[in-house]
Amino acid sequence: MTELESIGLQSIGIVALLSIFMGAVICLQTAHQIGGWIPVYTIGFTVRQTMILEFSPTLIPVILAGKVGSNIASQIGTMRVTEQIDALEIMGVNSANYLILPKVIAGVLIIPFLVILSMFLGVGAGAWIGVATGLSPLADFEYGMQVDFRVYDVIYALTKTLVFGFILTSVSAYHGYYADGGALEVGRSSTKAVVWSVVIIMISNLLLTQMLLN
Amino acid sequence: MIELNHIYKSFGEHEVLKDIQATFERGKVNFVIGRSGSGKSVMTKCTVGLIEPDRGHVTYDGRDFTAMSVVQRKAIRREIGMLFQGSALFDSMTVEQNVQFPLRMFSDLSDPEIVRRAAECLERVELPDAGARFPSECSGGMQKRVGIARAIAMNPKYLFCDEPNSGLDPQTAIVIDNLILDITREYEMTTVVVSHDMNSVMEASDTIHFVHEGSILWKGDRAGLLQGGVPELEEFVFASDLMRQIRQSPVGRNTNLKP
Repeated sequence: MTELESIGLQSIGIVALLSIFMGAVICLQTAHQIGGWIPVYTIGFTVRQTMILEFSPTLIPVILAGKVGSNIASQIGTMRVTEQIDALEIMGVNSANYLILPKVIAGVLIIPFLVILSMFLGVGAGAWIGVATGLSPLADFEYGMQVDFRVYDVIYALTKTLVFGFILTSVSAYHGYYADGGALEVGRSSTKAVVWSVVIIMISNLLLTQMLLN
Repeated sequence: MIELNHIYKSFGEHEVLKDIQATFERGKVNFVIGRSGSGKSVMTKCTVGLIEPDRGHVTYDGRDFTAMSVVQRKAIRREIGMLFQGSALFDSMTVEQNVQFPLRMFSDLSDPEIVRRAAECLERVELPDAGARFPSECSGGMQKRVGIARAIAMNPKYLFCDEPNSGLDPQTAIVIDNLILDITREYEMTTVVVSHDMNSVMEASDTIHFVHEGSILWKGDRAGLLQGGVPELEEFVFASDLMRQIRQSPVGRNTNLKP
């Protein structure tokens, strides 16, 4: 429960903030580019597709790699350099199991919910800004949201999210667990955790997209 | 009793431990002393299994720890308590939760029994009212005492203390020394203390092992330590002006110190 709270509930604010602004910006950018023979409902369609296919399932985990990943790495890294992990081992506790597994499970369980929340907020914010600025009537936006909607897109997005949740928690925990030295090394392990999580998430994103959409 | 038989350990080309042979006796405070970098911490970590020796055997009351499987080692580790140099208290837990932790993980005690046992341990280290504090709210000396309380919570047979007095003022250091000594007697434990603090050695040691460049150069007790006999040991023991003056004083001469 503590891990669910730490990884999930405490990330709702940043996820909501980014999703709302990103949905609104996508709406404005799409409206700026369409015209002539391109129908207005394209705005709703584009916001939906962007949020569901890429922004929420990929960029939210990337952002969480920065927030949650660095937190996991520095927390476990500090436990390593202050001998707390040695203390667990001396007691006969499997320290990797005790420290890492709950974080990975929590990440895999809670991050998909954050991503679903992001999708709703992003699309909602897009609709709101479209109507508020007069760029897209609500009816057109709603129609665009429903055009060519495939449930499989959501399944694809959530599948990616599960994988990315596993990657960001396990890679971060690995770097923290094998930190060695003092405060400087903990800082380095935290940076490495974020960088490697993002790199692996991006590569996995490419591979998963190729596998699941083609 | 803990026995180290022909322990060797290298890190790359650097040979840190060379043919270590030592016996740590039950019911006694066994000190391991030596200069920084002499290999005493590596020796302790090899003894408790945090580092695997390249060669040699560690036995706990005749049980060959080095030959055991991971599962068998866990059983031995539950008989070990350890006080770390930096206390290694879990900073996300309160003092009380720290002491309760091993009991919750490994004992069959009920919740009220766990709470009672943790309170007893905190009482034993004279911190009955500190249970609700977090480690960051405790002084260095208090953290050490909480570390001792956690180490003895499971009634261990073996207690390891790595630099128990580092960073403490002399008065608090003596309190910790005496606590380790008293607890060793009370629980009939085999206690191993790694230190380079001569005050502690003179205050609490029953047996002393002097480690120099990865080897045990000398074994003995307090009286023997002051008599010296090994140049490296004398350099270590009488490194300070104060110790040299004591050695040359009437008190020193009366305790058979070398002139």
